Amino acid sequence: MRTELNLIGKPVSRHDAWAKAKGDQLFSDDWSMPGMLFGKVLRSKYPAAVLKRIDTKKAEELPGVKAVLTAKDVPVNEDVTKFGQMRDVGGGFEGLYRVLASGRIRSKSEAIALVAAESPETAEEALKLIEVDYEVLEGVFDPREALKEGAYSVTGDGCGNVIMRTKICDGNIEEAFKKCDVIVENDYETTPNEHAYLETEGGMGWIDENGVITLRVGTQVLEHYRTIAKVLGLPHNKVRNIGVPVGGGFGGKEDITVEMYIALLVQKTGRPVKMVWSREESIESHSKRHPEYLHYKTGATKDGKILAQEVSIVMDGGSYTYLTPWVQMYSTFAAPGCYKIPNVSVKSVSAFTNNTFNSANRGFGAPQVNFASERQMDEIAARLNLDPVELRRRNVLHDGDRLPSGHVPRGHIALKELLDKVNKELNRSSKPDRLPDGRKVGRALALGHMVYGRLNFLHDSSRVSIRLELDGSVTLRAGVPDLGGGQASVLAQIVAEELGLEIEDVHPYIMDTHLTPLCGTTTATRQLYMSGNAALKAAVQMKEKILEKASALSGCPVNMLALKNRKVYSVIEPETISIPFVDVIKHLSNDGEVLENIAQFNAPFTEVPDLNDIKGELNPDITYTCHGVELAVDEQTGKIELLRVIAAADAGRVINRNSCEGQLEGGCVYHAWWPTMEDLKQENGITMANSFSTYLIPTAADVPDIESILIESGGGLGPYGAKGIGEPADNSIAPAVVNAIRDAIGVGFNKMTVTPEKILNAVLSFKNKE
Amino acid sequence: MSVHDITLTVNGRKVRLTVKSNELLLNVLRDRLLLTGAKYGCGIGECGACTVLHGRECVLSCFIPAVCADGWEITTAEGLSKDGKLSVVQQAYVDKAAIQCGFCTPGMVIASTALLYENPEPDEAEIKDYFRGNYCRCTGYAAMIEAVKVAAMRMKERGCDDEEL
Ligand code: FES
Ligand code: FES
Repeated sequence: MRTELNLIGKPVSRHDAWAKAKGDQLFSDDWSMPGMLFGKVLRSKYPAAVLKRIDTKKAEELPGVKAVLTAKDVPVNEDVTKFGQMRDVGGGFEGLYRVLASGRIRSKSEAIALVAAESPETAEEALKLIEVDYEVLEGVFDPREALKEGAYSVTGDGCGNVIMRTKICDGNIEEAFKKCDVIVENDYETTPNEHAYLETEGGMGWIDENGVITLRVGTQVLEHYRTIAKVLGLPHNKVRNIGVPVGGGFGGKEDITVEMYIALLVQKTGRPVKMVWSREESIESHSKRHPEYLHYKTGATKDGKILAQEVSIVMDGGSYTYLTPWVQMYSTFAAPGCYKIPNVSVKSVSAFTNNTFNSANRGFGAPQVNFASERQMDEIAARLNLDPVELRRRNVLHDGDRLPSGHVPRGHIALKELLDKVNKELNRSSKPDRLPDGRKVGRALALGHMVYGRLNFLHDSSRVSIRLELDGSVTLRAGVPDLGGGQASVLAQIVAEELGLEIEDVHPYIMDTHLTPLCGTTTATRQLYMSGNAALKAAVQMKEKILEKASALSGCPVNMLALKNRKVYSVIEPETISIPFVDVIKHLSNDGEVLENIAQFNAPFTEVPDLNDIKGELNPDITYTCHGVELAVDEQTGKIELLRVIAAADAGRVINRNSCEGQLEGGCVYHAWWPTMEDLKQENGITMANSFSTYLIPTAADVPDIESILIESGGGLGPYGAKGIGEPADNSIAPAVVNAIRDAIGVGFNKMTVTPEKILNAVLSFKNKE
Repeated sequence: MSVHDITLTVNGRKVRLTVKSNELLLNVLRDRLLLTGAKYGCGIGECGACTVLHGRECVLSCFIPAVCADGWEITTAEGLSKDGKLSVVQQAYVDKAAIQCGFCTPGMVIASTALLYENPEPDEAEIKDYFRGNYCRCTGYAAMIEAVKVAAMRMKERGCDDEEL
């Protein structure tokens, strides 16, 4: 019988908090082994070139060097990109994965050679001794240029630079525009921001006594072991991936990073190998968020009903395909925004360039279009002379509304509630025009919607196992990479809830492909939804068994029994019928019952849609957010200061309040300075801002009070009605910031990065006009 | 390259070491004393992941040649807890859920401790200002600021002197 929830929704401390506080938690760089070698990567100096000759002789002869590998030494140097999915999706979704460069080089920092040596210094020295002759080519660095007839061919195959084209259409856009009273057209540009996790990519590997290549690396995708096995020419079961708690991922550790290089060097040398990237190497060589060039044309009636929206998106995929087509699906899907618009056309195209490849970054294609669509709303409101909140209110999606793809979201749509709550909070006092120090004040908000759970056509699944121990404790095993969001601890919490235990009674053992059931990737804001449901299922099945046994022991019917406080008790006569949990376990064990249970949860499955006319459900459900911002603009310097931020989301159901609020706050700060400060300064394929003194991320001193509002509609597909929160948490803050700048100075910025210089110029020209 | 004999007191334990002149304190702590609490985040003094205490002040161990630390008393995050019990600051970090991935945490708890040595009752602005050198990409800082406030309050309530930090 279901009784009141004991642990769900509470702010519980995670199982790993103590070790992390003490400095005892071991991360990827904290492991070592006797006889360990150090691996380093030689990377291309040029973004576009042909590799003419590589001579590794001098490097090999350097004392202490144990291996130098180039493309010819890699058993299978070319494969297709996989991201842990259980199903081959083929088509344009799986691009070329090339381990080491050969022939045409597509980006600066592409890996050319690997070295393993007795010390990091020797390995570094060896890199300098590798002779590489390049034929430098012109390259192309802007996707709009790359798409032109006769553009430089990034891949060299001469088939153009298009990675993928997609389209979503609904209604009749041409006819609808004719009926509109106003039409607002704008171009938007978003920049390729950096994940800037504090832990750079790293890990180590060794070969065990039975020939298993064993890796201990920080990754979001343990299932990359399959690609590693293929590249090494080994069966899948001869590569074991043991994850370590990741020091931040945000999508940047979703692609294969160090693990392939370590595995190759281990295979070659037979020795343990460690590899850790420097900050510079990390920033220069891992993926970035796709920069997008967006055109929005929106038509509305004079009473503020949006009738038509036409969007075109050009995405820079960078040097290799990686997750570009997947991200593109998300952008295309989310482009129309949070509104019910009867006539929509979204066309998107992604292109190769000679920039660093672009792939996953928290939000996965949603924040770019969300920036544009929410900026667009404020521009439409200005044109209509309507309050931007009111314009949103008149158009937001509600339960049962159909999206342009024809898909009706399964979960609850809380946009209206979020809008009203944030608006009320933001305007609880009237806005001053200026602060006492003379700075202009701006206030604005923005809505956001982002899916959680992977694309349905990937046929996603997750498995979690629990084992009852004879002392009444529980061991939970799950192949869930924990990135710091509390992905593992929340599973223990769910199991403890169902079995009437305390959270500390359930020990999670995670991230080991030979020992833990595969949970799939920690990406796509899917772990709580997928693995949470798997853990719930495993626990509920186990609970039935426990209750049946307790019923047999007590004579009380199963439906009158409940589990709580480490006891099974009768809900009618809790005083008289009560059996300690541990006693029931002992009886189950004596009777030879299986004390272990593994359960699998499957997401909805669909087929790959027609990319020229996407219809149907792409992802299981959507999380909605709203951010409100109050900021001050200094008209003398162009500097902005965030004064207040309100971060709101419908979490469906909060499982761990601490973790949920942490995501909301952290996600908000992650993107609050994306439009105004975080700038990689990429110039012709070269990342100029490759350190923390040139690529600035917010410090505590930048961050204002963040008021979090969590709505719990119960309308999610996760356990207990939860929705995913990790990525959606960063989705609507960027447009809210730029809308608030507009509110303060009357100038709307559509292109990132909105630097103080740009603000200053805008203020000056606005004043001149006046 | 020249080598030097140095003496360090690390987490209350005295150690004698021979170090190369280019060896960094961070590497000595991590690779030779196996204290991996201090982290590499950038190696050039820009992120604070390697923060340790030198006496009562926080320093960036990636930025200090080990030979310059000769004679220093150093505390790493591992040295803050006593007999397995978390320090006041560490406990506040756990209680206020100021830890997500935890990679910045060792540096953050050290910086927080140094702040409270210097200023036992910091206000919000002072905490934020003190944290300028310590990046965290996960939490958005709010919970950490709360944690420092809670630690300061608990110290005051218990009438602890800062020896007990
Ligand atoms: S590692 Fe020392 S400041 Fe970044
Ligand atoms: S908790 Fe991840 S960097 Fe601070």
